[in-house]
Parts: sequence; C-alpha cells; structure tokens
Amino acid sequence: MADLVDEVLAGVLARPARAIFTTLGTVLGLASLVATLGISRTSGNQIVERFDALQATEVNVAVRDGASASADPVVLPWNVESRLDNLNGVVASGARADVKTNDALRTAPVIDPQAVPTVVPVVAASAGYIAAVRGHIGVGRAFDQGHIDRADRVAVLGADVATRLDISDLSNQPGVYIGDDLYVVIGIIDEARRDPGLVGSVMVPDSVAQQRFAIRGPDRVVIHTELGAARLIAGQAALALSPNDPTGLTVSAPTDARRTQRAVEHDLDGLFVLLGLISLVVGAIGIANVTLVTVMERTGEIGLRRALGAGRRHIAMQILGESAAMGFIGGVIGASAGIIVVVVVSAHRHWTPVLDPWLPIAAPPAGVVVGLIAGLYPSIRAARMEPVAALRAGT
Amino acid sequence: MSAPDIDESWPVVELDQVSRLFDSEPPVRAMDNVDFRVMPGEYVAIVGPSGSGKSTLLNMVGLLDRPTSGRYLLDGIDTSQLSEGQRAAARADRIGFVFQSFHLLSHRTVFENVMIGCMYQGVRRRKRRDRASTALAQVGMMHRATFVPTRLSGGERQRVAVARALAAQPSLLLCDEPTGNLDTANTGALLDLFDHLCAQGLTIVVITHDHEVARRALRRVRIVDGKLSEQR
Repeated sequence: MADLVDEVLAGVLARPARAIFTTLGTVLGLASLVATLGISRTSGNQIVERFDALQATEVNVAVRDGASASADPVVLPWNVESRLDNLNGVVASGARADVKTNDALRTAPVIDPQAVPTVVPVVAASAGYIAAVRGHIGVGRAFDQGHIDRADRVAVLGADVATRLDISDLSNQPGVYIGDDLYVVIGIIDEARRDPGLVGSVMVPDSVAQQRFAIRGPDRVVIHTELGAARLIAGQAALALSPNDPTGLTVSAPTDARRTQRAVEHDLDGLFVLLGLISLVVGAIGIANVTLVTVMERTGEIGLRRALGAGRRHIAMQILGESAAMGFIGGVIGASAGIIVVVVVSAHRHWTPVLDPWLPIAAPPAGVVVGLIAGLYPSIRAARMEPVAALRAGT
Repeated sequence: MSAPDIDESWPVVELDQVSRLFDSEPPVRAMDNVDFRVMPGEYVAIVGPSGSGKSTLLNMVGLLDRPTSGRYLLDGIDTSQLSEGQRAAARADRIGFVFQSFHLLSHRTVFENVMIGCMYQGVRRRKRRDRASTALAQVGMMHRATFVPTRLSGGERQRVAVARALAAQPSLLLCDEPTGNLDTANTGALLDLFDHLCAQGLTIVVITHDHEVARRALRRVRIVDGKLSEQR
C-alpha cells in the first residue's frame, strides 16, 4: 500500500505541469460546485434575512369576502389593542378602515388662501395602527387612545399629502378641512412599511371617523409580532378579535421562514448543481484523456513492470491511483478556490458568507471519485497490455 | 507453488519439446520442438540471425509468453500449470531482466529504479533498501545512487539495469542484447561484470548477435528458424 502511494505520487509528480493541467477540469468543476452551493446558501440566507424582519413578524386579519365593514354584523372590533396586545408574542397591533368620502381636503385658508382642494384617501385608524405597520412619524406625534376616547378632531398627514398642502411645521397647529370639518394636524407620517399607502393619505382616529363618516368596523387589522411568534399569533388572532364568529375572518401569516429559505435554496441549488456536475464531467473526461495519453506514453514502463513481476492488478491499481490522486488534488484546489469565490462574492455584496461545513470536506473525496471513474478505462487499457508488446513498443 | 530445492542436478530452465506458433498469415513457427536446458551457474549465450526466434525464446524463458505446445519447467516448476498471476509472481521472484534499451524510469533516481526490481516480491521496504544497496554495490554504482538515469552514460545505465535485476535475487539473469546500445569499452566492462556475477554462481542467459559477447559466455547455443543447436 505504501509502495502504491509512492509509485502513484512519483507518477503524478513526474510531470507536474501536466498533472496541474489535468486536474484543471476537476478544479473548475469542484470549485464551481462549492462556489455555487456556497453562494446559493449565502444568498438564500440573505433573502431570508431581508424578509425576516418585515414579513416574518406580520399577521394580517381581514373580514372575509362577502362581509364588508359596513354590513351587519360587524365582525371586527376597533379595540384591537386591548384584545391582542396581551397575547404573548404581540408587539403591536392596530386596525384601519378606508373612509368612503368624496369630501375634498384643503388647508385652512389662513395658511394658503389659494390652495386647491384635493381629494385624498381618508383612513380611520386605531391608536396602535402606526406602530403595527412599522410607521414612522417624521414631525409631531401620532394620536393616542386619549384622542380616540375623546373623539378629538386631529389628523396625521401622510408625508406626500403634507408636501402637497405645503405643511411642514406643526408648531402653530395648522388645520386641514375634510369637507367642512376642521382637523388639527398633529403629526406627519413619512414611512409606513406595511401600509405604504398611508404616506399618501390622511389618517384620523377611528372614533372620529365613526361619528363623522358613519364608519362601522375596521376592514383590516395588522399585528406586529415578535420573531417566530407570527404563526402562533395567527392561530389566536381570529378568536381574540371575534370570539363569536372567528370563521368570518381571514388571517394571513407569513410562510414559515425556514421553509421559504429551503424553497429558495432548492431552486438555486438545482441549477447550480447541474452546472457544477457538467463541469465535473468535463473534468473527468479531461483526466481520462490525459491518463490515457500517459498510459500510451508509458507503455515501456508498464512492460517493464510486468516483466519485473507486476500483475495486471498492480498496473491497474497504479493507473487508477494516479488518476484518483489527480482528482484528489483537483478536489483540494477546487474546494479552496470555491471558498475563495464565495468569500469574495460575499464581501463584494456585503453578505455574510454561509457555507455548509461538509462542502469543503466532501470536495476532495468527490474529486477522488471523479478521478477513479476517469481512470477506469485507461487502467483497463494499461492492464490489458501484453508485456512483450509493451516492452518492444516503449523504451 | 512450492519450489523444490535447487541443487546442481536440477536445471534452472528446462524446455521440453517447446513450440510456439504465431497465427499470422502464413503461420510462423518461431520455435520448433525446442529442447533447452540451463543448469545453475551456467552462462549461456543464445545467438542467431534476426528473425530466427531469439526473442521468442527469451520471452518464453522469461515467462512473458506461453508455448503453443511442449513443457517449460522453471526451477522445476511446470509453468504451463500456472495462472497469469502466478506467472507474474514467478517472474518477480525468479527472473531478472536486462534489456537492450535499459528501460530505466527517467524521472526516478538510480536507487529508486533498483528498488523497483524487488517491488513486486512482497518484500518489506526496509529489506528492499538493503537489497538495492547490495545490488548497486555489486555493479559498482553506489556512488550514483541519487542520480537520475538521464545523467548517466549508457554503460552506467546498463549497470543500473543489471543492479535492478540483481535486487530481486533471481534464479536467472535474462539479458536481451544487453550490449546493443553500448560502445566497445562499456561492452567490455559489462561483460567483465557478467563474468564476475557468473563466478559468484549466478545463472545467466544472454541473447546477442555480437560474437564478442557470445565468445565470453561459457556455452553458446545457436537458433535458426526456430531450431536450437549447441555450438562449440
């Protein structure tokens, strides 16, 4: 066995340049396999991280189709915060309803007498809604439970609406008219990640909307959960919101993050593994080709070894060993190159490189397998040589 | 495969009515009912014109070829009964080859080349090193042990090839035109080495068409058209 290793190493190292070029195919094949699997894993992880934050913690509850917010019976209540916020895993919750009104929005004449009235969507919201949709108040403040309880006529403007109305400073308590009613602008919301439309709307407390616009129940409840709690909350929300008729609600929770990740990875992996395998086959053909040429070149040596008492088995083992060794070298270099590619790509994209530990460990054995397969035919050819003919043919 | 004890009375090589027919068109009878014996310690030269069957005889004796008919006993063992693997083992243990073109591995050192001579005997590596050293000393090439063959002269290469054959401690040294690639001075030196080895008791069979080489052997056998005849 030690002899075989010696002879194999000597055989490979006899022509180092050729050995390197021979392994190139395997190097490329395994490097691309390691790199593609690594990158797909890294990017898959990245994709998950990206929608983790927003989607994995969001639960939506709506009135089932066919039962509108204004129809009887009202299935969604407004006091969602008191019903949901005590559930373990709920960070914030809130409800909203579209206000159906044709009333134009305009600023108080004091501010801009020439302002043209515009129609913008009016949204009725509960106190927790802004927090639940991960909204951000740029200027001023949001309305709270106190405003709602008193039915104060206050409004939070979307940033787009505020720009259009030329309202940026709230220190002198500007007012806007919706129809004939005056509302005091107490805040400007410049971002709402789960309800981007808010930036182009005007938001009023739900109690005011009920009084002024005959709004009944909310048509959407948004719950912001802790990470990992979304599916649990989704199972509880309907009952908490509508104990009498939980089936009248539809609850949408994010798909399991892990499952999503696996699905994404699966798609990518399928393609990449195919590409890597193709290059591996090309690499194997390369090894087979060069090994066959080497066998033909070393006809004399094979004849000599047979004359010295080597059986066909010894010859076959040596040739197989050499091709396996080249595959192994290709595997080691390929794995290293693949890891470098993963790291470089990750660094370039500012990703965290993620690599299954078995990947670099498995690459060299995979190279050996490739080498063995590639060496099969040449080794059979070498073993079949007749010593007499081989001795005569080679020097 | 148990070898009988080798003594003076038992031939190393015994060909008994051996024929070798090549299935060419027309068929060639390269050996024609050949009887040939080599006793231990003999130094035999086989001469003959090219195409006379010299190489076939050498391949037959070297267990690289099988007779079409007849029997060949090597050290008293009937080789026709042996499997391919057993014949390879017999080659490893009993026959040392020396070729005209040396057949040294050009990228291995002299010492490694000699060690390959006993690689397929199943001898432990440490013992093989000892044997290789001894063999190199026998041919006076110890000082070149770390060289690669390409740095050696033709005469030196052939001495290394002889050392490789000796490392296996064979019953028979089988040489195929060993001086074919050597000049007169190196030929003389190699023949001196053969004389020396013969004096130590080694059995040598040399195939040659060089009369000087044949003259130095203790016994000459001529082969013409596959038929063998003793020469005085």
